Amino acid sequence: MNSVIKGASYILAHTPDMVMENGTTQTTEKIVNPNSEYLKELPNHIRTYEQALAYLPNQTYIGNMHPDELAKYDQPWVDTTVEGMNQRTGKYGEIMPEDEFYMLMQCVDVFELVMLEKSFVAATKEKFVANPVIDESIVARIHEGVDASEVEHFVNEEHAEPLVFAGKTVGFVKRAHDVDPNLSAHTMLENMVTKASAVLSLLHLIRVTGINKEDIDYVIDCCEEACGDMNQRGGGNFAKAAAEIAGLVNATGCDVRGFCAGPTHAFINAASLVKAGTHKHVVIVAGGCTAKLGMNGKDHVKKGLPILEDMIGGFAVLLGENDGINPEVDTEHTGKHTVGTGSAPQNVISSLVTNPLDAAGLKITDVDKYSAEMQNPDITKPAGAGDVPLANYKMIAALGVKRGDLEKKDLATFPAVHGMVGWAPTQGHIPSGVPYIGVCRDDILEGKVNRAMIIGKGSLFLGRMTNLFDGVSVMITKNSGKTEEAAVSEEHIKGLIGKAMKDFAASLLAAAEEE
Amino acid sequence: MDLENQKRVKEFAEQYGPENIVVVLGAAEGEGAGLAAETVTAGDPTFAGPLTGVQLGLTVYHVCEPEIKNEVDPTVYDEQVGMMEMVLDVDDIISEMSSIRNEYCKYL
Amino acid sequence: MSLLNGKKVIIIGDRDGVPGPAIEECVKTAGAEVVYSSTECFV
Repeated sequence: MNSVIKGASYILAHTPDMVMENGTTQTTEKIVNPNSEYLKELPNHIRTYEQALAYLPNQTYIGNMHPDELAKYDQPWVDTTVEGMNQRTGKYGEIMPEDEFYMLMQCVDVFELVMLEKSFVAATKEKFVANPVIDESIVARIHEGVDASEVEHFVNEEHAEPLVFAGKTVGFVKRAHDVDPNLSAHTMLENMVTKASAVLSLLHLIRVTGINKEDIDYVIDCCEEACGDMNQRGGGNFAKAAAEIAGLVNATGCDVRGFCAGPTHAFINAASLVKAGTHKHVVIVAGGCTAKLGMNGKDHVKKGLPILEDMIGGFAVLLGENDGINPEVDTEHTGKHTVGTGSAPQNVISSLVTNPLDAAGLKITDVDKYSAEMQNPDITKPAGAGDVPLANYKMIAALGVKRGDLEKKDLATFPAVHGMVGWAPTQGHIPSGVPYIGVCRDDILEGKVNRAMIIGKGSLFLGRMTNLFDGVSVMITKNSGKTEEAAVSEEHIKGLIGKAMKDFAASLLAAAEEE
Repeated sequence: MDLENQKRVKEFAEQYGPENIVVVLGAAEGEGAGLAAETVTAGDPTFAGPLTGVQLGLTVYHVCEPEIKNEVDPTVYDEQVGMMEMVLDVDDIISEMSSIRNEYCKYL
Repeated sequence: MSLLNGKKVIIIGDRDGVPGPAIEECVKTAGAEVVYSSTECFV
């Protein structure tokens, strides 16, 4: 029996000061061009928390607006506001402000590496603990804070990374080792942000699914960071570290990586583990990435736009045994970009889209919705990278015409019918196929969609270990309504055999009587 | 353009002579193509990389431009680029690329 | 005159456009020598 999707959570943290302090576009600029116009101009383009809340793609990400609804508004969405669409919490998660996110970073730290200044803690604690997902076990982890002089000392003399809020240094992340570059303050900060956003995703997943924490058996982390020391740089394991803070006492887990394709790899792995009976409840989770904050900031500033890459993203999905209701994950027909596929775009799309469809005896138009790379075009278009989801839909449609699944006249309408507009922040793995899983579950349960395909693609070549690209895909379908018991119930089989034997005996008797 | 790529372009121009080099781009949009073309001709417009202020004037084309397409084996071209040709706004790319070339290329 | 034949070619591909290795396959058929091939990623 296929496993099913029991629910999904999606969270954002608005981190405008981290754009300046930790985004690699900005940190690189500070090294190569410290007096640049860009660095001077950037602070004038930072969004307030209220602006980030009112931004429609963010409301879509946390589940307050359906992507089809977002598509009705003209792009760019940057100046569009809609009454009531500025909520902190949504069906799938929340948008956390930066000060509370720093509190969460301190709470998820188990090595006293994240320190916040006393008055900052005093000023933020009340609203942080008012958050319904911040439970007692997390509240108990709050440290009362350190003196301002200690913050100054660690930042200025101990290579600590400052935590800045509203332009003021309110804390720091210190190095975990004096010489180990993999435990430097920089790396610890990146990893702590990922861990905190993964934990927040897990807490919301528990809220939205109502599952008992004790019932989760296994967690797979699929972000793009690595944790380890100088002897094992990517030793791991973010999954278990986040599960510990979220209170998943009966879970272990592992990290699955594949650049932006990581989440879809993890999703297929998780669905297979449940289907195989290895575990009953498996969660996939990923936190976000500080390095990509303000990645395309130069183009945004040049075009007079706000810095739109000011959000840390996170998500989690719960997979469980088939309950006859929730949408199924079809692990029989998956797509994979193989070593031999090559990098020609048509081969890539064939391997991910038409190969699994052929195996299942389906046409391109049999999939109601494709979710490939759901990057928000507001962010990518001004940077010259185009509308990434739209380009993917055009490729799928072009392939459909080539195969005869689609008529040429349908090319133009295919993206709107079988696709969606992008709404996810450019946090690498975060937009890659998975933002739709939560919406897809709802669409299928409401009968709006019967079959969807999640496609994850990853730029492996960025790691300089291979020139290859990667990608995997998997379909989600409406539940067939057959549960485990109905399919293989021993009683039922016995009944069938008994009836067959009775019928056989009756026919023998009838034959004997005739003679 | 990525800083490492800028560094390598600069090194190859020195090693082989700028007149012997052709840069071929695969950018997704006219604007992105134009920025990359500007970088290898007039210098890095973002003032970030090793090509800042370096006017290499290299010959540069996008792979979807007819000048490149006409020289490539049509079967291979169709296999490798055929679909993207349908997806990308080739006219926009051509117009961006030719304006940069006319202004900054030194070896046409 | 040929644009590519006998030339040293530098390829800057794009993950969301045409990737480096695909361009490489093309220009090789035109008699160019590929000295560098890379693919950029903006997302």
